[in-house]
Amino acid sequence: MQFDSVVCAFCGCVCDDIIVTVEDGQITQTKNACVLGKAWFLGHAQHQDISAARIAGQPASLEDAIDEAARILVGAHYPFIYGLSSTSCEAQRQAIALAEAINGTIDCCTSVCHGPSGMAMQGVGEPSCTLGEVKNRADLVVYWGSNPAESHPRHMSRYAVTVKGKFTPNGRKGRTVVLVDVRPTPSARAADIFLQIAPGKDFEVLWALRALVKGQRVEASALEGTGIAFEQITDLAERMKKCRFGVLFVGQGLTQSRGKHMNLTAAFLLANDLNSVTKFALIPMRGHGNVTGVDGVMAWQTGYPFGVNFSRGYPRFNPGEFTMVDVLSRGDADAVMTVASDPYANLPRMVRKRLEDVPLISLDSHESETTRIARVAFTTSTVGVNVGGTVYRMDNIPLPLTKVLASPYPSDEEVLGRLLARVKELES
Amino acid sequence: MKILNGEVYDPANGIDGEIRDVYIQDGRIVDHDAGGQTIDATGMVVMPGGVEFHAHVAGSKVNAGRKMCPEDHRDQVFAKTAITRSGVGHTIPSTFITGYHFAQLGYTTLMEAAGPPLGARHVHEEFNDIPLLDKGFFVLMGNNYFVLKFIAENDYSKLRDYVAWLLKATGAYAIKIVNPAGVDTWKWGRNVSSLEDKADTFPVTPRQIVVNLARVQQDLGLPHSIHVHCNNLGVPGNVGITIETLEAIGDMPIHLTHAQFNGYGGTDWTDIRSGAPELAEYVNAHENVTVDMGQVVFGPVTTMTADGPWQRRLHLLSGHKWYNADVEMETGAGVVPYKFSKRNAVNAVQWATGLELALLVEDPWRMFLTTDHPNGGPFHAYPDIIKMLMSRDYRAEVIEGVHRRARTHSGLKDLGREYSLYEIAIITRAGPAKALGLKNKGHLGAGADGDVSIYPKVSDPKEMFSHPRYVIKAGELIAQDGRILVDKPGTTLYVSPEYDQQIESAIREEFEDFYTVTFKNYPVNYDHYLPHRKEVPCEP
Repeated sequence: MQFDSVVCAFCGCVCDDIIVTVEDGQITQTKNACVLGKAWFLGHAQHQDISAARIAGQPASLEDAIDEAARILVGAHYPFIYGLSSTSCEAQRQAIALAEAINGTIDCCTSVCHGPSGMAMQGVGEPSCTLGEVKNRADLVVYWGSNPAESHPRHMSRYAVTVKGKFTPNGRKGRTVVLVDVRPTPSARAADIFLQIAPGKDFEVLWALRALVKGQRVEASALEGTGIAFEQITDLAERMKKCRFGVLFVGQGLTQSRGKHMNLTAAFLLANDLNSVTKFALIPMRGHGNVTGVDGVMAWQTGYPFGVNFSRGYPRFNPGEFTMVDVLSRGDADAVMTVASDPYANLPRMVRKRLEDVPLISLDSHESETTRIARVAFTTSTVGVNVGGTVYRMDNIPLPLTKVLASPYPSDEEVLGRLLARVKELES
Repeated sequence: MKILNGEVYDPANGIDGEIRDVYIQDGRIVDHDAGGQTIDATGMVVMPGGVEFHAHVAGSKVNAGRKMCPEDHRDQVFAKTAITRSGVGHTIPSTFITGYHFAQLGYTTLMEAAGPPLGARHVHEEFNDIPLLDKGFFVLMGNNYFVLKFIAENDYSKLRDYVAWLLKATGAYAIKIVNPAGVDTWKWGRNVSSLEDKADTFPVTPRQIVVNLARVQQDLGLPHSIHVHCNNLGVPGNVGITIETLEAIGDMPIHLTHAQFNGYGGTDWTDIRSGAPELAEYVNAHENVTVDMGQVVFGPVTTMTADGPWQRRLHLLSGHKWYNADVEMETGAGVVPYKFSKRNAVNAVQWATGLELALLVEDPWRMFLTTDHPNGGPFHAYPDIIKMLMSRDYRAEVIEGVHRRARTHSGLKDLGREYSLYEIAIITRAGPAKALGLKNKGHLGAGADGDVSIYPKVSDPKEMFSHPRYVIKAGELIAQDGRILVDKPGTTLYVSPEYDQQIESAIREEFEDFYTVTFKNYPVNYDHYLPHRKEVPCEP
């Protein structure tokens, strides 16, 4: 059986043109998917010999596990829910309802990826557009602190560089591509200009670009130690001013390096300034398949995109106070639930330590370092393979997922919904 | 349910403050006592549930505003209760709060003023989190690639079929036009400024866009007219192009939205004055035209519109942060937080223009109360605006505290008109329902939806409209004395005009060439995204 126009929910590109072939209850082939997407579809189709629910590593009934998890959450003083960037908006809604019900704190992977972009937007706004605007119009494409060839393999071919659009009939030939990064990544091969910037010097270079775009004098000495020559930066500034439609894609090289949200503030202001000269947009290279969606659902339900605390019965937001790494490093949370995320494998040592010390509940479609140490672990079906729902692309366009294969496991949405119901029973 | 002894205002049925009973059975108004819960409305005012005609409450630009403006949220917080969800937000409230707060003011129906087709799923997702109210949304078409193309090619039948197809694909309610041709040129950083300027993608003019879509609206028999945000919004002297746009339409139905923002005289920021007299004169003489106020409310607002070039201009004027999101093939969007100040001369003129217009347009059936929430002000300022419309003394008191330009550059201070309760019932429910073509809303005749608001009869209209005693939706008591009693979904209202299926093959190739989503994934699945829905019939 063949499914067409299937949405791939692996990375922030959310390509929706995948053709998936299913034979004998297995995904046997994908067409149009990149290497990451293909691995994602084929990998999740494999049968997993693990039970739907485990308590302390031992198989348990779903009902018992839900009861155990609900008791942990209700009994905690500072319960924390984290993850959500690789599940559907429908499941994200249930997770937020659960966080509210337990007066807990909820944070998504945004706080460790593009949270600084969100904070820059709160400071200075964001001149942006959908990826189709880039496809149809852009003649200057700048990737800064991003390596799309490896992290978003179809970004260049489908949206930004080689693709042909309404006003870009020559595709790659009609575009200048610039890559700014601390090392020559595989993406450098696709760029016309590669600028190797010294680590931690992004803000200085972005700020100098702002000055040049505004026609202000910049001393060559201002660029000392940045790795970028004065001629290189004046050339880039001229290209930015002279393009017809420019776009700046910003990656985690900017958001998670020295300067963080100040780097993004500089980038957003640069893109803003350029709109007095030409047309210019900026798009954050969001990583996980629905990390943009979780920001959105959090914002429309609670007012804030990440790091939300319900201890007073209403949402409060404070990055650094209610965000995952900070709360767990301080040892504040006394129970943690992770959804579609593997923080034990990825986050700093202090966080890992706290995850070992508190009762941990995990929901994931496959085993991970986090699920292995969880007190209660739920194996859930894979969003976009076994269950439908909604995901948002990095440019905030919502797309519908397709169920291509049945799963023996319940969905995140179902487990979270049952958990919420059980929590309400215990509380009343 | 029976509501006994209330002072009933039901303008659609000519009832002006008579003491009567209202009966509801199975969610609808009936003309006989069918038993059930009794509400004693003695000494109270009974009206149909409020119908919000134009507010930005759901979808991508609203949510961008929420993300961008945490400073807006700390102003108003709402803790969860045993029944309700929590939320925050003063001018851009989170979704649950939006539903509760409208209901707490006696509103039961709500129209989202502008959604891009590509973001239709997002609008519906938020609708499903806005409880209690019935809702619909206006889908942006005035700068849409295929709309411009079919107009440029003089292919009217394809234009008509495409519009119908797009309404169906997005689950929308009406045709919205924002700065026609201008947003298309904004994609190269430009704008248009006259009805004869041309879009970039195809050489069509604002005049052609508005006239053709008005004709389509009539041919499809859509329940609501075209809903137009004119060119040059916010700019001194724009009343000229606004009236030209209305003239271009001839006698076809048109709704001119947030008329205040399109109704300025003068030539620049130093001599801007109210254009309400000219605009009202035109509206009074042309029954095909309806308008809503777009009243300015002093205090913080969050401006948001598909009019990208205007938002850029407002950003440069005010220095406040700027969000922009151009949407491929379709439209744009901008968000800029702003603060209307009583001491600011231009703001004073804007404030006076809205009120002056409301007082000069003679027929309340063609003038509706809005603040273009959250552009002119938040919707919860309605009770205060009602008080200004009902009391010349209150207006005189307020205008004293506003920059003198409100007195010297508008005719507001000399207007003695005072709205009656009957007229307030028209501009807040009966009129909007009629203009939207919602035959079961905005009145209390047999067969109408059982949506009723009951207010205490007190002398201060602001007090009265701030605190309904009871709010009833589909025959169920949903709010009492400001408390929300139930939390349940409302219904999404949509239209489904007929079209020739061939339109899909006519657009498909270009669609797949220039969009970045596949054709198959573009239409919204109604069962998933509009689980509670009702089709409002078209009458071609």
